Amino acid sequence: MARNRGESIANVLAHVILILGSIAMAAPFVWMISGSLKSLGELFLYPPRWIPKYWAWKNYIRIWSIAPFARYFFNSFEITILGTVGQILSCSLAAFAFARLRFKGREVIFVILLATLMLPFQLTIIPVFYIMFKLGWIDTHLPLIIPAFCGGAYGTFLIRQFFMTIPQELDDAAKIDGCSPFRIFSFIYFPLSKPVLATLAVFNFMWRWNDLYGPLLFLHSPAKMTVTVGISAIQGQYWSDIPLLMAGSLISLVPTIALFLVMQRYFIQGVVLSGIKG
Amino acid sequence: MAEQTRWQRWKERLTRSEAFWGYLFLTPTLIGLLLFSAGALLATFVLGFCDWAVLTPPVWVGLKNYQTALVDPLFRKALWNTIYYTLGSVPLNLVFAVAFALLLNRKIRGIMVYRTTFFMPVISSVVAVSLLWSWIYDPQFGLINYILKTLFHINGPRWLSDISWAMPAVILMSVWRNLGYSIVIFLAGLQGIPIEYYESAKIDGAKWYQLVTRITLPLLSPTTFFIIITSIIGSFQVFEQTYVLTRGGPANATMTIVYLLFSNAFEWFKMGYACAIGNVGFVIVLFVTWLQLKYQNRWVHYQ
Repeated sequence: MARNRGESIANVLAHVILILGSIAMAAPFVWMISGSLKSLGELFLYPPRWIPKYWAWKNYIRIWSIAPFARYFFNSFEITILGTVGQILSCSLAAFAFARLRFKGREVIFVILLATLMLPFQLTIIPVFYIMFKLGWIDTHLPLIIPAFCGGAYGTFLIRQFFMTIPQELDDAAKIDGCSPFRIFSFIYFPLSKPVLATLAVFNFMWRWNDLYGPLLFLHSPAKMTVTVGISAIQGQYWSDIPLLMAGSLISLVPTIALFLVMQRYFIQGVVLSGIKG
Repeated sequence: MAEQTRWQRWKERLTRSEAFWGYLFLTPTLIGLLLFSAGALLATFVLGFCDWAVLTPPVWVGLKNYQTALVDPLFRKALWNTIYYTLGSVPLNLVFAVAFALLLNRKIRGIMVYRTTFFMPVISSVVAVSLLWSWIYDPQFGLINYILKTLFHINGPRWLSDISWAMPAVILMSVWRNLGYSIVIFLAGLQGIPIEYYESAKIDGAKWYQLVTRITLPLLSPTTFFIIITSIIGSFQVFEQTYVLTRGGPANATMTIVYLLFSNAFEWFKMGYACAIGNVGFVIVLFVTWLQLKYQNRWVHYQ
């Protein structure tokens, strides 16, 4: 009896700490929503009000005309979706090669690929920038999309591990029927990997949508910018119009948060898998 | 039956070889490795020994960039700031993540809600979060100083405008942001510890704090090790927060190595020097990682 009581007290204590922690996590977001709905006059009240008296929805309307915000969104979607598709295609092809095909140098190339996981991006960005510069791709979306079609260590590793769990009898049966490796890949392995591909897609989407460094380097004209660089650019001009910035930031969070709520399982899975492989 | 041409015979032999398919499937990846990762790495290494202003071809200058870096006060500041950031954010992240993961692991109700709440900052873009926090850190009207004033009756500092408080502010925001990620990984690690260990220890009369220190933490050490290594590697690459929050200021108080690389390469067009900076940072991270791998036997237990 005493032990049960002790445990339930401990549980209550755990809940209290967790709730405090959750408040610390969530409070800034609530503050953000509150700030975005204020008019400038109400913003600089002290003590600050959590719930504004007049809800300034106009901030959410103004943001779309201040800068080409809709264009930013469109660009972000384009780059993110195309990039994710590119990763899925190129990584699954490579994963199949590593998992099921035998050829000279397979292990060496795989190890080199894995080694690039350790690579900090700042070590490769300068030559890559130069290549893009020489190709005339600066200020286009291509530098952010094309490399995604050229494989990636994380995705390839993830999919390869999954492919290795598919029974090889399926391969053999298909080979007897005269299937080429490409058919085996596209009709057996690729369709079976939907869970892994979903995890990779979800992770990729989030990473690409939130990317600042790449767009900052390669996109210069406002018509080409993504949401991340766009907001950062607005920050320079409208630094004092905080409700506007809050509204814009909040809107930019909607796609990833919506995706997260729907695909939560895959997000967490992706995080855990990236931890286990270490 | 028609006779096969030489071309058809060659094609058939080719498509029957696994190696052909292997390399074909790997073509995108090989292009990527050559142009964008491994090849680019080699290029950066070589360019560290050059002076290069993009439009003119690179000029070999040997060790000059590295010598300049050693005496450059901005470089030393950036290096120190990055180390400061690492020393601040990694332990804080670790301690809080382990604590919350231990709490969440107790199979209490509502774990999904908690997990979602803690993960919200992780999936939010650094730009949006940084803009939010630059407002939170506002000296007069921001949330932090308001809380400090009303709950603790302290007048908070000027945070992002204050040379001594700017980096701690960045550290705090980063810990807040990344906590959820570490918690999820620690939770997975905790769930890998067999329950039998706890049960037999409880039978032997162990108290809860003994369970934690003698069973949980040691068996969690592989996960802890992983988090430490990846946190250090990640913290050496900090850039986006410092860019949006303070643009590296005030007075370069939040200038980090990657920011310095960015400025040198893309604002001042001293690409060779930037490559050298990047190389130095990478070598440091490599060395720290090697040190950790070397001494892991002292404290990491693998089951």
